[in-house]
Amino acid sequence: MDPTVPIELEVNGTPVRRRVEPRLCLADFLRYDLELTGTHVGCEHGVCGACTVRVDGVLVRACLMLAVQAEGCRVETIEGVSGAGEVSDLQQAFAEANALQCGFCTPGMLLTAHEILRRYPDADPARIRVALSGNYCRCTGYQAIVDAVHRVGGARGRGTR
Amino acid sequence: MSTPPVHERESYIGQSVVRPQTARLLAGRGVYTDDVRLPRMTHVAFLRSPHAHARIRALDVTAARALPGVVAVVTGEEIARVCDGWVGTLAHFAGMKSAKQFPLALGRATWQGEPVAAVVAETRALAEDGVASVRVEWEPLPAVTDAETALDPATPVVHPELGDNLAFALDVVAGDVARAFAEADLVVRETFLTGRHTGVTLEPRTILADFDPAERKLTVYHSFQAPHMMQDILARHLRLPEQDVRVICKDVGGSFGIKVHIYPDEMAACALAVLLGRPVKFVADRLESFQSDIHARDHRVTAELAVRRDGTFVGMRLDDLTGIGPYSVYPRTSAVEGNQIARLAPGVYKLRDYAAAVRVVLQNKTPMCQYRAVGHPIAFAVMEGMVDLAARELGLDPVEVRRRNLITADMYPCTAPTGYFFERLSHEEALDKILEMSEYARLCEERDRLRARRVYRGLGLCMFIELTTPGPAFYGIGGARISSQDGCTLKLEPTGKVVCLTGVTEQGQGTDTIIAQVVATALGVRLEDVRVLTGDTMVTPYGGGTWASRGAGIGGEAALLSGKALRQGILRVAAAILACEPEDLDLRASRIVDALTGEVRLDLPELGRIAYFRPDTLPKDFQAELAVTRHYVPRHQGFAFTNGVQLSHVEVDVETGFVRLLKHWVVEDCGRIINPRLVDEQLRGAIVQGIGAALWEHCVYDAQGQLLTGTMMDYLVPLAAETPEIVVGHVETPTAYSEGGFKGAGEAGTAGAPGAVLNAVNDALAPLGARVTTQPITPEVVLRALGTLP
Amino acid sequence: MKPAPFVYHRPASLPDALTLLERYGPEGRILAGGQSLVPALNMRLATPGALIDINRIAGLDEIRLGTEGLVLGALARLDEVERSPLVAAHAPLIAQALPHVAHLAVRTRSSVGGCVAHADPAAELPACLVALGGTVRALSRRGPREIAAAEFFRGVCTTALGPDEVLTAVVVPRLAPGWRSRFDELARRHGDYALVALAAHARVADGTLAEARLVLAGVGTTPVRAARAEAALTGRRVDAAALDAATRALAVELDPPSDVHASAALRRHLAGVLLRRAVRGLAEA
Repeated sequence: MDPTVPIELEVNGTPVRRRVEPRLCLADFLRYDLELTGTHVGCEHGVCGACTVRVDGVLVRACLMLAVQAEGCRVETIEGVSGAGEVSDLQQAFAEANALQCGFCTPGMLLTAHEILRRYPDADPARIRVALSGNYCRCTGYQAIVDAVHRVGGARGRGTR
Repeated sequence: MSTPPVHERESYIGQSVVRPQTARLLAGRGVYTDDVRLPRMTHVAFLRSPHAHARIRALDVTAARALPGVVAVVTGEEIARVCDGWVGTLAHFAGMKSAKQFPLALGRATWQGEPVAAVVAETRALAEDGVASVRVEWEPLPAVTDAETALDPATPVVHPELGDNLAFALDVVAGDVARAFAEADLVVRETFLTGRHTGVTLEPRTILADFDPAERKLTVYHSFQAPHMMQDILARHLRLPEQDVRVICKDVGGSFGIKVHIYPDEMAACALAVLLGRPVKFVADRLESFQSDIHARDHRVTAELAVRRDGTFVGMRLDDLTGIGPYSVYPRTSAVEGNQIARLAPGVYKLRDYAAAVRVVLQNKTPMCQYRAVGHPIAFAVMEGMVDLAARELGLDPVEVRRRNLITADMYPCTAPTGYFFERLSHEEALDKILEMSEYARLCEERDRLRARRVYRGLGLCMFIELTTPGPAFYGIGGARISSQDGCTLKLEPTGKVVCLTGVTEQGQGTDTIIAQVVATALGVRLEDVRVLTGDTMVTPYGGGTWASRGAGIGGEAALLSGKALRQGILRVAAAILACEPEDLDLRASRIVDALTGEVRLDLPELGRIAYFRPDTLPKDFQAELAVTRHYVPRHQGFAFTNGVQLSHVEVDVETGFVRLLKHWVVEDCGRIINPRLVDEQLRGAIVQGIGAALWEHCVYDAQGQLLTGTMMDYLVPLAAETPEIVVGHVETPTAYSEGGFKGAGEAGTAGAPGAVLNAVNDALAPLGARVTTQPITPEVVLRALGTLP
Repeated sequence: MKPAPFVYHRPASLPDALTLLERYGPEGRILAGGQSLVPALNMRLATPGALIDINRIAGLDEIRLGTEGLVLGALARLDEVERSPLVAAHAPLIAQALPHVAHLAVRTRSSVGGCVAHADPAAELPACLVALGGTVRALSRRGPREIAAAEFFRGVCTTALGPDEVLTAVVVPRLAPGWRSRFDELARRHGDYALVALAAHARVADGTLAEARLVLAGVGTTPVRAARAEAALTGRRVDAAALDAATRALAVELDPPSDVHASAALRRHLAGVLLRRAVRGLAEA
């Protein structure tokens, strides 16, 4: 008996049609079925934030969403968001500040940072730290990340993206 | 077209260049081992022992084997036929003992999480379904979980053939401690506990083994730090010729020492690939990581410091007890942590009379081994804790007490009573600098003022040394095939670009970049003309990889030597082309110039074209050599020590016991710095890792050996909201033992952070007559110290 | 960690969902936000035969002020609730509590219904509901039902919901004049489950707590109403003696659990600290 069900969704602007087992999570679907490996799996508990993606414009833990639940949704991963140039200022600031070392937390960090600045354009470092607390980084100790996000927030505010 | 003369040789040493690989990591185009797909790839999941200690009475895999999508179910006996077991001892740790360990348990499991059976399937989910279908009959046995009683006659012996649970004992004796103690005006005594914790790399351990049965060649993609070591071990234990084993490290999502050891599940995955002739991938999920990644730092240290009334130290005793797992981990052994605690602790000070005893005992818990800053955080939390304690009891200023006892500039070179050799360190300068940077006096005054308002802030110093750049005696002397030398190959391509192959590896610290900086500087080419490749045993020179902060000191020196050698080769070719002497020329910014005037004579693409495609235009007896390899063995005595000092500023809420980190400073002397930003960021990350251990991280076991903190909800890693701003300063004392003068910096942050936080908390609590000596410093620990809780 | 296999349904209506619930019995689990259920599935701590995904059922995500009070639909996402001006105005306690729940990317999916039905004793929203005197609305094939929040939480992850019932909304009474709210939490790290949290809702008059509803999370198997502490405070001037009496009463009435994060003694002590801070804060506001 075939346990798979059909799903149709949009990923990074491209329509996608696949058959998946209901138990397949969105993160694994993106990584294995679509080979978009920029979304990372760090815990499968929903704690570390490495799997953060956008679904219908909203930040989501891809490890806590089933692929079948993304039926009819618009999913955006780091590949799409980066390709569209949406976070280029953050990427540049991260590179200059060395706000990434191994890079495993980075896609999730970028998507989260982008959302933080969208919601709180004037976010100060303390606010940024709290808002980034759902993204675990083992390498940087967070300071370079916070500095980079804060700097970009300031630049966006001045209209100098 | 005339190009302006190039007068200066560009040096990239000391420049904070941006790492080129950040671009692809930021775009989500990193390739970590789980991102690698191979045709017909399978996945393995392990049945793991739920018991800390249990006999395997029966193991029935028939139901699992019958599941659709399951390719094979393999037990210990079958794996042992293709993979030889191993013993984690080294000859130079005299008397050390450990039992033989196999990829899958045979007959008996000795830690919760030990792999017992392997299910290989088309997907990980199907493999886990298989694991759920394996029927095991366990006979639980008593678990040995208390290190304090591990050697009692009544305690079961984990491996009866070893006779007892003592894996290793060490006694370090220097000078005459008894006399020193007799002479002292005061002896302060304290017992410190450091909680077991683990690395929690965000990318879990991952391995993909691909065995080609036609050629009998094994290719392994491994998230790992030391590919050549893995190659050697796989070849020997899987009985394959070494040149038929290739280990490739793709992007590694954090390692910190967790990924430099031999794990039974990873060996099993490789053995399975050999058995099945199909690629086998193993990814340790997060639950498995907590249970089976090596743990570290589970120690009870009792220290006694004998002092004179003026604060000078006369002698010290240290007693260290550590409970590891049921096996000493292969091949580096689980004795190194205790060994280093004993030998490092007094290292900053002039103490000559010193005695330390280390006992390493077996437990039915996850195996323990080297993790970032091995032993250092404990050694210096203890030593610096004792210094503050002595200062407090004597009524002296803790800074002044340190000054009176530091090894001073005029004393170098010197050998510590515990055997370590110090070429030259900068304790006084570092201390002066941190006090100035932090405005220490002002912070003290503010702390004192706030105390009157019942706001309890504290300042804690931690001075430390760090061993880096280990020499050949470190592991090799014990019989381990762990390379302490390293190599660098440089090739000039026809287009004038330079390809660099190095035996040191990259896990995010920026190895690729600093090696490129050294190469570009030594050669005289532009940084952007250099490409670095790491982590492939078939391609790079034989090397040790990354551990003990050796990348800059050893890999960097090999790169420098190689760069200089290739430069000579290029100038010889240029001289042949230009019909002059090599000494008349120089290579600057990727161009051949007149050595005196700087006038550009030739560019590298033109040199490459001629050398590779038009050698007919060169003298008949001339042979261009445009690829060189140089190796480097560190020749200093033992290690290239670095030194530093950290300062933590905290506020303790004495009602709740919560500790708030206000700010943190570090001054680090790691020799000549290649890339300041990368070093600073290494320090910050390492400090936060140390802070994690000081306040939150703990692998907690119950009396039955069950791990209670086995998820990300229960094991608390540091997150952004609670971690402080970290200010970094430097002193630079290059080593004269190498041309580059580079030393290591990767672990220094972790070495000093817990000690600084511990001392700061105790400084905050001092007016209330309370003191803490246990890490992690939880609210419970603080409130018990205050007497608020029983 | 991959879940054990299950069958997946996505009913388009509540009646369809109820039919499925009945069909599967204990083998069927409702999937709402998934932020608690999916980790349990991943760890194979939960192995239901079927998931009934109610996320696409229309009309369950409202945040509305009605005559009965503030209505939060079962599928209202915690992030929406946190940012809602209606919630800020009419249930400020909830608006104060929600920033403590996990992190943003969890709150975007986490649902009111899921959070309340999951009934983790250390969770913030259940404590707030009890403190506000809220009501839980449930629906089964037998019809709709209203259960007072005070009676809804029965034990660790155990509620008054029947196996054939779906939580459809929670209702919080309109904020009456003179009532103030204050939410406090102590957690080892921002976003963690509370070691102890206090949802305090009181009618303050003249530096006195005329009426007090003090509900703690993390100190029992359900949200715990600190009735004795309330009694020690009600109608009294909030001074040192009153706070001492309340703290003593609290220590007696609490029987917190011990676990790897905190001992019973620590929880009891921290509850007292939160009580003093919250009550002082409410009285002074």
